[in-house]
Amino acid sequence: MGHLTYLSLLVGCLVVTAPLELLLRVRVYARWRRLLVAVLPEFVVFLAWVFYAIAAGHWEYSDTRTLGIRLPGGIPVEEVLFFLVVPVCAVLALEAVRKVTGWDAGYPAAPDDSGSIAARNERGADRRAEWGQ
Amino acid sequence: MSYSALAVLAVLAVLVVDLAVLRTRMVTRRVFWVAYAIVIVFQLLMNGVLTGLDVVTYEPAAIWGPRIAYAPVEDLLFGFALVTLTLASWAAVNRRANTASRRGLDTRTRRSSTR
Repeated sequence: MGHLTYLSLLVGCLVVTAPLELLLRVRVYARWRRLLVAVLPEFVVFLAWVFYAIAAGHWEYSDTRTLGIRLPGGIPVEEVLFFLVVPVCAVLALEAVRKVTGWDAGYPAAPDDSGSIAARNERGADRRAEWGQ
Repeated sequence: MSYSALAVLAVLAVLVVDLAVLRTRMVTRRVFWVAYAIVIVFQLLMNGVLTGLDVVTYEPAAIWGPRIAYAPVEDLLFGFALVTLTLASWAAVNRRANTASRRGLDTRTRRSSTR
């Protein structure tokens, strides 16, 4: 895969998690403004970390397995995307677990949320019980 | 400072942010740990490819030495800090937005004209 190795890993992350939004309907991308605000602190802190790590010689990036586009400080463009893609995947995972289990994440569900699958199943079971099934 | 020292520091810092600053208490919640368990599987996969194919190479003097799936163990601390900071921040942003909109929906008071 050569120069596309790192980039295709990032694309893979987005493809693998896409069904959570499209099929499970976790509404993470749908709340994209909140998502951007939420990711911002992580993005700034970790890019600063990478900036320091490259300068201090803690780690370095391959020229043959990245696109070769470097930002100031020698940060590959893929690394910048990494700090957007990975947190978005983490949020998708959290919302998916919350949606399936109904467990408390410390904030109320969005007003347009149809509720957790666990709660919906319970409502369904109640209805079936009422109908004597 | 070495990568190891920074990684430990980052974990401590995000715990302070989660528990004391934002008070989102994500690390006390079952939903967080189950989500993190899923994330760590994919992290080990992706990190394994990144370090196994030498997309990223580490300076031996900056790390402790032990590796999991090709990557230095410090990467687990790095990943934990990244995920925890993100999810605590996401919880804080949603707590604020949802609580505010619920207040708007649930009360019959007139919207403040001063803001």
